[in-house]
Amino acid sequence: MSQLAVRMVDIRKTFPGVVANDQVNLEIYRGEIHALLGENGAGKSTLMNILTGLYQQDKGEVFINDELRNFKSPKDAIEAGIGMVHQNFRLVKPFTVTENVMLGQKKSAFLKLDEAGERINAISSKFGLKVHPKAKIWQLSVGEQQRVEIIKMLYKGTDILILDEPTAVLTPQEVNDLFEILRGMADDGKAIVFITHKMHEVIDFADRITVLRGGLSIKTLLKKETDASELGKLMVGKEFLSGRKNTINTCGDRSLSIKKVSALNDKGLPALSEFSLDICKGEIVGIAGVAGNGQRELSEVITGLRPVTSGNIQLDGTELTKKSIREIIDFGVAFIPEDRHGMGLASNLTVIDNAILKEYRSSQYGSRLLDLKKLREKAQCLVDDFDVKIPNVDCPVKLMSGGNLQKLLLARETSIEPKLVVAVYPIRGLDIGATDFVHNVLIEQKNAGAAVLLISEDLDEIYKMADRIAVMYEGKLMGILSTEDADIGEVGMMMAGARKKEDA
Amino acid sequence: MTFNMLIAILAAAISTGTPILFVALGEIIAEKSGVQNLGLEGMMLVGAVTGFIVGASSLNLFMAILAAALGGGVLALLHSYVTITLKANQVVSGLALTIFGTGLSGYLGKPYVGMPAPVKFDSVAIPFLSEIPVVGPVFFNHNVLVYFSYALVFLLWFFVYRTNFGLNLRATGENPGAADSLGVNVFALRYVYTIFGGMLAGVGGAYLSLASAPSWVENMSGGRGWIAIALVIFAIWNPARAIFGAYLFGGVEALGYRLQAIGVTASPFILNMMPYLLTIGVLILVTISSRTKHIGEPESLGIPYDREER
Repeated sequence: MSQLAVRMVDIRKTFPGVVANDQVNLEIYRGEIHALLGENGAGKSTLMNILTGLYQQDKGEVFINDELRNFKSPKDAIEAGIGMVHQNFRLVKPFTVTENVMLGQKKSAFLKLDEAGERINAISSKFGLKVHPKAKIWQLSVGEQQRVEIIKMLYKGTDILILDEPTAVLTPQEVNDLFEILRGMADDGKAIVFITHKMHEVIDFADRITVLRGGLSIKTLLKKETDASELGKLMVGKEFLSGRKNTINTCGDRSLSIKKVSALNDKGLPALSEFSLDICKGEIVGIAGVAGNGQRELSEVITGLRPVTSGNIQLDGTELTKKSIREIIDFGVAFIPEDRHGMGLASNLTVIDNAILKEYRSSQYGSRLLDLKKLREKAQCLVDDFDVKIPNVDCPVKLMSGGNLQKLLLARETSIEPKLVVAVYPIRGLDIGATDFVHNVLIEQKNAGAAVLLISEDLDEIYKMADRIAVMYEGKLMGILSTEDADIGEVGMMMAGARKKEDA
Repeated sequence: MTFNMLIAILAAAISTGTPILFVALGEIIAEKSGVQNLGLEGMMLVGAVTGFIVGASSLNLFMAILAAALGGGVLALLHSYVTITLKANQVVSGLALTIFGTGLSGYLGKPYVGMPAPVKFDSVAIPFLSEIPVVGPVFFNHNVLVYFSYALVFLLWFFVYRTNFGLNLRATGENPGAADSLGVNVFALRYVYTIFGGMLAGVGGAYLSLASAPSWVENMSGGRGWIAIALVIFAIWNPARAIFGAYLFGGVEALGYRLQAIGVTASPFILNMMPYLLTIGVLILVTISSRTKHIGEPESLGIPYDREER
């Protein structure tokens, strides 16, 4: 390996309340494809935003070609030859490829589209970036749009190219094409960095790998000298940190049965493929996986918010996939959604309104008109039971803290004595006290005989709470482990796309 | 209807359509940058009154037009500050400025009501060109502002579609995040083009008080600012197409007067309604046809740009 292109030394970056990067070191050479591997929130994107000048580090130095360059703005980084292809493309849809590439350049006043078109053709034939300069962006596939982004960078003279999760939106064939193109660029002397949390891409395409975890750079390794198992361990950590909370086995008969369910995501791409999972009464199953691998879609097909394209979901022997959302609620499914502000609660409505949002139809609250007195009593009762801290039940919920919101949501959802509780990232953004509270409620539900599906990105939480751990990757079930004999390295590998050992 | 009469109507279509053309051209440029300005009616009126006052006191038409542009521009600056810097709702700000401009112009113009303009734009026949049969009398026997508008249409079209500035302008209205990431100063561009749009609205207003009917009458724009907004859609945000739309509206308006003159006994209210009926009809047709073609309104039109949210 030849010249050092980028050296980042002892980088620290904090946001209010969060340390996103600390003591991070990174070296990138010309001619290599370098992978930045880590879970969501490991600090990969922050680090690259510092390198591209979008953020400024609190501490540490950035060297480009052995020259100290601490960027003040993206402009500085572009001038230094650094270009980044973001996950969300920054393209103007009604414009042609050429117009997008030329945007923002200041060399001449007049648009020399043909001249630029020729340069684009030269770049695209040199690196195999097939795309027609006169095509409009909206006519192009996602893979082609990504090529336009890369051409845009090369046109500006980028020789250090960063790609943020470049494969998230691509088909497997497009992934292979992309890395072939990137390899050609590396051979041409450019430095390539890609951010990922997918193990197989790292193994298949990277030369060197830097693993980030919890904002720290853990280790940089040569691909030749490592394997999936070592990387998996580095990515998720050495061992489970805290003791288990769920210690009593209360598993009963089978309650929820998901059979070969497939579903599409919002973009119409497959999000779940033939996913199968059973949960017993009085059992908590934790879904482990990097966010965005179909967890949200899984919670939505169970609660009826998203249609399945094939497969069955049964709860206590009753088919749920044909039922309406209201029927599913009435059947006893409680849902703690990922987005408690947007989906869980209506923030401008009062505590009373939110507390009875699911039950107002019930005849106990009045036959035609709502019996406001009863509603108030009910809301007050929930608030007292769950120790929700609010001035009074007439205040809008948007004034409440995250922990109190979650308590109110749990109070409402569990007041129907659910058969099944679906909890999606239930402790995200909560402090220790509120986290503990949420966990106690889930354990109570389990002990009362409910089946609990706990989706989390925090392996500690899953280890603490679950009877069994199911690992999801790209909408598929990678395997199910009993928590007692789960090995964190194995879970980490499965999260990054390796099959459970005996299945492999 | 005689041949001469047809020529007269066509020529009148141009002179009647020109003030709307100025306003629509300005609004096209502003909307291309992503800022919708519903204050055009108010800016026209402010332009009309400042143009008239400065013309009457300086007896200099150039100064009058400059003052009209400044008048419209100042109102547009206010719109820019409210919608670009403070990120307030563009519709609300625009409507407020229309009401404000109407009131302000009425107040400023009070002493001048009923006074004929001491200076005005007269028709200047262009030698040779105006002698070409049909084309000459229709296109080349007008006042200077009309000739200026011909040039402006071409210049703006060229600017928008053939220069790098135009590319940046269009990108700012379509995807300000993308433009920003490539070093285009989205905020500055939106300010500049919104103010430019207001200035042209002012010029359009001054055309009314210094050329069409050289005098100041309260509320003399009579809804032309609103027609210009419809015209922007009719033109599918293309300066070159705006000229046809403007003359079509001008023609319908001019026709109304002529029909009355030759004794067609339709109610004048019906005839006065025609440009506005046409506006509605055209909006329906254009919206239906452009929906299928992936051309049309800039994607970020009306949405304040916020860096943190990209």
